Amino acid sequence: MSVAAAFFYLFAFVLVASAFMVISSRNPVQSVLFLILAFVNAAGLFILIGAEFLALILVVVYVGAVAVLFLFVVMMLDVDFVELRQGFLQYLPVGVVVGLIFLAELVLVVGAWVTGPGVSSAVKSSPGGIATESNVRAIAQVLYTDYIYFFQAAGFVLLVAMIGAIVLTLRHKVNVRRQNITAQVTRSSTIEVVKVRPGQGL
Amino acid sequence: MDIGLSHYLTVAAILFTLGTLGIFLNRKNVIVILMSVELILLAVNINLVSFSAFLGNLTGQVFALLVLTVAAAEAAIGLAILVVFYRNRGSIAVEDINAMKG
Repeated sequence: MSVAAAFFYLFAFVLVASAFMVISSRNPVQSVLFLILAFVNAAGLFILIGAEFLALILVVVYVGAVAVLFLFVVMMLDVDFVELRQGFLQYLPVGVVVGLIFLAELVLVVGAWVTGPGVSSAVKSSPGGIATESNVRAIAQVLYTDYIYFFQAAGFVLLVAMIGAIVLTLRHKVNVRRQNITAQVTRSSTIEVVKVRPGQGL
Repeated sequence: MDIGLSHYLTVAAILFTLGTLGIFLNRKNVIVILMSVELILLAVNINLVSFSAFLGNLTGQVFALLVLTVAAAEAAIGLAILVVFYRNRGSIAVEDINAMKG
């Protein structure tokens, strides 16, 4: 077994095990930490497969932003998680049955999958078909040319998400007196415009 | 044994199944449901990236980047809604989220 294969099985095993711990852990804080472990191992898989840029983006975005967001929310909300776990065993049989059927179907699909006759030539002729230089440079060459509109759309999605999150969670308390800049600037009763003649003063 | 495309697809399939199973099992806890959705999107990303690598085309990686963006936005919005809901109701149980029922 080569080194790459050994690392693949290591990353895959830890990924699946930590994903299992995410859904079965008693404490949501532990779930978030196992989620971080799962993402780091997925980044390892991406590096093994040759997608370094996405691997590092995965670490930065998920471990650095999303998981910390989850951690903040889990720790900020004072929720009785033990009560929320009731019914776990009640849903376990149907969940396991549905999951096993689903997994069997997916594995059957993966096992029966073959490349179509015209696929490889079509793939070579479509944009992004060349991967001779480094991964980051190759992604940049297709992302900023052929897929520029999708890139912009992704930016808009993030902008809308940011504005939405701010609008949803911003809260003005009634008892706190804040500075109202608009009223302050547009007030007219206390401001007087005086015309000053030159040489005379007021 | 050489590591091929089907190995990666199998890992992604197992991860996807674990994500759906998490939604089934933690029916009351919205936070774990959101984390399960993140796992499902990660499985989709592994699928896209492995097809991209084994077919020699970068389009899959660009699409995985877009999926990553949407996943981050979804997590941010979902958690913001969760915080607002907790402020109003004092609980995050899923069966309490019926205020908009007609």
